[in-house]
Amino acid sequence: MRARLAALPVLALLVWASLAIGSRPVPPAEVWRALVAHDPGNDLHLVVQALRVPRTLLALSAGAALGLAGGLMQAVTRNPLAEPGLLGVNAGAAMAVVLGAMVFGLTSITQYIWFGILGAGLAGAAVFVLGRAHDSGTDPVRLVLAGAGLSVALGAATSLLILNGGLGVLDALRRGGAGSLVGRGLARSLTMCAALAVGGVLALLLAPALDALALGQDLGRVLGLDPRRIWALACLAVMVLAGGATAAAGPIAFVGLVAPHAARALAGPQSARALPLSALAGAMLLLLADIAGRVVVAPAEVAAGIVAALLGGPVFIQIVRRFRLARP
Amino acid sequence: MIPAGRRVFRLGGASVLWRPRSVLTGLCLLAVLGVLAALLLGTGRLALTPVQVWQGLMQDGDPVAARIISRVRLPRLLTAAGVGAALGMAGAVFQSLSRNPLGSPDVIGFTTGAATGAVMQIVLASLDPLRTALAAVGSGMLTALAVLLLARGGGGYRLILVGIGAGAFLTGANTLLLTMGGIDMVMAAQVWLAGSLNARSWAHAATVGVGLAVFAPPVWLLGRQLATIEMGEDMARQLGVAVPRVRAALVLAAVGLGSVGTAATGPIAFVALAAPQLARRLTRAPEVPLLTAALTGAGLLMAADLASQSSPLGLVMPVGLMTGMLGGLYLLAVLVRRR
Repeated sequence: MRARLAALPVLALLVWASLAIGSRPVPPAEVWRALVAHDPGNDLHLVVQALRVPRTLLALSAGAALGLAGGLMQAVTRNPLAEPGLLGVNAGAAMAVVLGAMVFGLTSITQYIWFGILGAGLAGAAVFVLGRAHDSGTDPVRLVLAGAGLSVALGAATSLLILNGGLGVLDALRRGGAGSLVGRGLARSLTMCAALAVGGVLALLLAPALDALALGQDLGRVLGLDPRRIWALACLAVMVLAGGATAAAGPIAFVGLVAPHAARALAGPQSARALPLSALAGAMLLLLADIAGRVVVAPAEVAAGIVAALLGGPVFIQIVRRFRLARP
Repeated sequence: MIPAGRRVFRLGGASVLWRPRSVLTGLCLLAVLGVLAALLLGTGRLALTPVQVWQGLMQDGDPVAARIISRVRLPRLLTAAGVGAALGMAGAVFQSLSRNPLGSPDVIGFTTGAATGAVMQIVLASLDPLRTALAAVGSGMLTALAVLLLARGGGGYRLILVGIGAGAFLTGANTLLLTMGGIDMVMAAQVWLAGSLNARSWAHAATVGVGLAVFAPPVWLLGRQLATIEMGEDMARQLGVAVPRVRAALVLAAVGLGSVGTAATGPIAFVALAAPQLARRLTRAPEVPLLTAALTGAGLLMAADLASQSSPLGLVMPVGLMTGMLGGLYLLAVLVRRR
C-alpha cells in the first residue's frame, strides 16, 4: 500500500510533465489554466487539450494494460520472462490490425480493437502450443524462443503487408508501426481505457486464484480450483489488454516485462497487491518513455515503443542473468 | 586405419583425408550456385536469355546488355554470394561454439550490433562502403564482447537470451540514430536497415571480397580445432587444443565475417541461422561444415534475391524482409522438432 501511495506523486509529476513538454513547450501555470479554464482562442490551451491530454491518457492506459498483461502472463506461466511483446502476442495483434485495415478498409479504433484482440489471441495460442507453456515451469527458455521466432516472422509479414497495401493503408498505419503515441485522438484513448477497465477487473478477480495456482497445478486443484478455467480467463484478460494496447498504440515490448518485476520487488509476490502496482508501474514507464522520446531528439520525436526497448533491453538482460533459468 | 566414409589422397609424402560425400555435396552446391547466378544475371527489368548473359559476360554482343551485366547485375550477384557465404560461415562457427542451432549471430544480436556501427557511419558521416564495413566490424566486435561478458558462465541458453535482449536494445538504438541525421542520410540508412541488395556497386562486392579474404582463412584453418572443442572443453584440452586462444580467434574471425556481410547489405536474418543446419544435413559429416555452410549461405541469399526480384503480382518484397519471415518460421520449426 505504501509503495502505491509513494508512486502517486511521481505519477502526478509525470502527467504534468507530459502535458507541458513537447515541441511546443507549455508553461506549468498555462497547463493548469488549460485544464480548468479552457480558452478556445488560446493556442497553447488548444495544444494541451487536443493533443497532449489524449496522448497522456493513451500512454497511461496502454502502459497500465501492458503492465497488467505482463504480470498476468508471468503469474500464469510461472516464467519470469513472459511478456506480451517478447512472446509475440503484440506482433500478432499488430498483424491482425493491418490485415483488418487492408481487407475490410477499417479506419476507426472501435473497429481495429476487435482485430487486435483476435490477433493477440491467435498469436498467444500459437506461442502457447509451440513453447509448451503448460509445462514451462521447467523450461522458460523455450517459450521465449518461440515468441522471438513468432515476433520476427509476424513482424516481417506485417511490414510486407504494409509495403504492398497501397498508400491508404500506409497512411492509416504508418504511425502505429513503432509504437508511437502521437496524434491518436481522444476516441482512441477512451477505447483503450474501456479495454483496460474490462481486462483490469478480470485480472483483479483472478488474483487470488493465481496465487493458489502458483503453488503448482496439483496443489491448486486440491485447493478447489479448476486450473483450466483460470488459464482460459487469464488468457482472455491478456487478449483484451495486450490486443487493445497494440491496436491503440502499436506493438510495444518490454513495458510488460519490467513493470511486474518492479511491482513484485516493491509489493512482494501476492498477486492482489502486485497486479495493481504492476499496472501503475506500466503506466508510469510508458509515460516516461513517451516523454523521453519527445526530449532526446527535440524538436523531432522518437516513438515511445523504441524508448521502451532502449530502457527495457538492459533490464531483460539483468533478469536473465539473475534468475537461474532451467536448462532443458 | 581410415575412418568410415573417408578416403585418403596421397601425393608423394603428403596425404589428405577426404570424404567423397562432402566433396560431392560441394560440387552439387557449386552447380546450383551456377544455375542461380545465370538466372539472376538474366532477371531484371530487361530480361536476358542465358546466351545473352554469356555474351554480356564476355563483353560481346549487345553493348547495352553487356553494360547492364557488368555495371549492375554482376556486382549485385557477387555481393549476394559473398554476403551469404560470410553469414553462413559465421553462423556455423557460432552454432558450433554455443552448441546450439539457435546460437547464430542474427539471433544473438551480433549482426544488429554491426548494423549500429554502420548506421552511425551512414548517418553521421557518409555512405562509403569501405568505411561502413570498418564501422560495422568495430561495433560488431564490441557487441560480441559485451554479450559474451554478460552471458559468461551461464551456458548456451543464457548466451541466447542475453543476445536477444541486446538485439532488442540495439534495434531501438538503430532507430534512434536514424532520427538524428539529416533527412537524405536518414532515408539511405532506413533503406539499408531493411536489408537490401538493390543498387550494390563494385565497391560493395570488393568490400565483401576483402572481408572474406581476411576472415575466412583463419576460420577454415581452425576448423579441426573447432570440431574438437565441440566434443567438450576438457576433451579438447587433452587432445592438445589451446581452447581459450582458439575460441577467441574463432569468435573474432566469425564476428568479422558477420559484420562485413551486414555492412554490405544491412541486417539479413535467417541465412546464418539456417545455412549451417542445412549444410550439416547435406554432408552428414561429423565435423563442422564450414565450407559447405558458406556455399549453402551463398545459395540461400541468391535464391532469396531471385525470389524477391521475380515475386508474383508485382509485390514489393525486400530481401531482408523475406529472409526475416523465413527465419522466424524456421526458428519455430527448430523448436517444434526439439521435443
